[in-house]
Amino acid sequence: MTVHNSLILPLVTFHDVGMVVSLLAIAAGLIWLFIRSLKGMEVDRRIIFLFIFAAVAAPLLFPFTFSEKATPVVKALFNKVESLPPGSHVLLSYDFDPAMAPEVQPMANAFTRHCLEKGHKVIYMCLFATGQGQFEETMRDVIAPEFPDKVDGVDYVNLGYKAGNEGVLNVIVTDFEKMFPTDVNTVPYDSIEVFKGIKSCKDLDLIISIGGGRPGIKEWVLFVGDQADVPIATGVAAVVAPQLYPYYPKQLLGLLGGIKGAAEYESELVRNYPRFKDSPTPGLKMMGPQTLAHMVIMSFIVIGNIIFFTQRRRERKS
Amino acid sequence: MEHFALWLAAFLTLGIISFLYKDNPWYKLSEAIFVGVSAGYWVVILFWDNFYGKFWLNKGDDPTLWVGAILGLLMILRLAPKIGWISRWPLAFIVGATGGLWLMNYFSSNIMVQVQATILPLFSTGFGTGFDASFGQIIGNLVIFVGTFTGLVYFFFSKEHTGAFGKTARVGIFFIMITFGASFGYTVMSRMSLLIGRIDFLLGDWLGLIK
Repeated sequence: MTVHNSLILPLVTFHDVGMVVSLLAIAAGLIWLFIRSLKGMEVDRRIIFLFIFAAVAAPLLFPFTFSEKATPVVKALFNKVESLPPGSHVLLSYDFDPAMAPEVQPMANAFTRHCLEKGHKVIYMCLFATGQGQFEETMRDVIAPEFPDKVDGVDYVNLGYKAGNEGVLNVIVTDFEKMFPTDVNTVPYDSIEVFKGIKSCKDLDLIISIGGGRPGIKEWVLFVGDQADVPIATGVAAVVAPQLYPYYPKQLLGLLGGIKGAAEYESELVRNYPRFKDSPTPGLKMMGPQTLAHMVIMSFIVIGNIIFFTQRRRERKS
Repeated sequence: MEHFALWLAAFLTLGIISFLYKDNPWYKLSEAIFVGVSAGYWVVILFWDNFYGKFWLNKGDDPTLWVGAILGLLMILRLAPKIGWISRWPLAFIVGATGGLWLMNYFSSNIMVQVQATILPLFSTGFGTGFDASFGQIIGNLVIFVGTFTGLVYFFFSKEHTGAFGKTARVGIFFIMITFGASFGYTVMSRMSLLIGRIDFLLGDWLGLIK
């Protein structure tokens, strides 16, 4: 008995047991739902909500992760950041609010890690007023703890928020200083080292807009990318990603769609830079709940269709 | 204070989620607080950034700023019913200026470049580059061409959808349905991410169950 325990216990942890029990509970629940529906009994919508909650909560409590492989549309952006020589100017525009943050903040943090690690000069700005608060999260979670040697104004600069939506872009495509005479800390444009040799967006090596609303990447493509012929890429909330695929690859060099895109980028970053192995990877962490929730939703669709066709056949017979 | 903010965030999150059970006063309170705080936030941001930062500090240096200020003032006249009609002038300016700003960019980027991106050489990666496309690229180019063409045929309503024309339109429907399916899948992923974010907050930050 002792031998048996010593062989089994180190292999099976509380985490594994919790995960298996959760999966079994969800599977049993789906079977119960299927049988109940077959009998023609209605299912309260709140039971559906409960299933989704369980499918999301279980992988968060008992995490399991998948190894992600970057798809060409993500890899194209990663390779672009990789191929730029150190000291290149990359603009990251935080065009999102806290509502979109669970999806796109992981992308913003991953881009920051990658650019600063490569030694690029990063210019931060936002077309959403709330983007300023989201940048402070990047500052607190990434720049301050992981890149303490990077200096504000020398290695990166934060221009903050300017109202005006596409009007802002229409100005900075020809003149940065006109729209941003100072950075967010009121340091004059001329004294910021990052801007040496930079007059407008035309002088930038890469622009990445992170968001999913309006103003966002569409405005960046229309008012800056196509006008100034600057490489533009984006990381967006999944809900808008299908609308942006027509821009790839001609007008957008890369596209991260939703948390899957973030997970792929994080995975690629960790693979290429082992020093980020212990850094937080919220994108990869969220793929567990995503996968399980999608499986449950797909089960609902399959069950619903089976019930529909079964009932129709019964009606025809009767 | 941080502890209080955490509990308040959890209270409001649970309040919003409680709508899934049924409409209730807790949800209504949370919703009203959200709307109020959002509106207040935007008023403060726009006041300090636009009115104070852009206009007030530079009103002496740049006389054109007064044009914007006066138009803004006229817009507020909407609050006075008798002279509210004056607010149509600044509104007309906004509509005209936005239309003018977007017209050419939209035409060149969303029509001309998009059409150019659809007219692809089938067997090469670019015009005049020979036969260098991979099998996957050739299939991809064909899918883009057939999908765009049949999709456009479906939306051509001046001719009855019968015969070969009708069959082409039917192929277009399939492409449109696949697009809707992809959009639905991405929407599910998007909404799930938001739910995961909130549940992660409740179980992790609030209850401390996630390490």
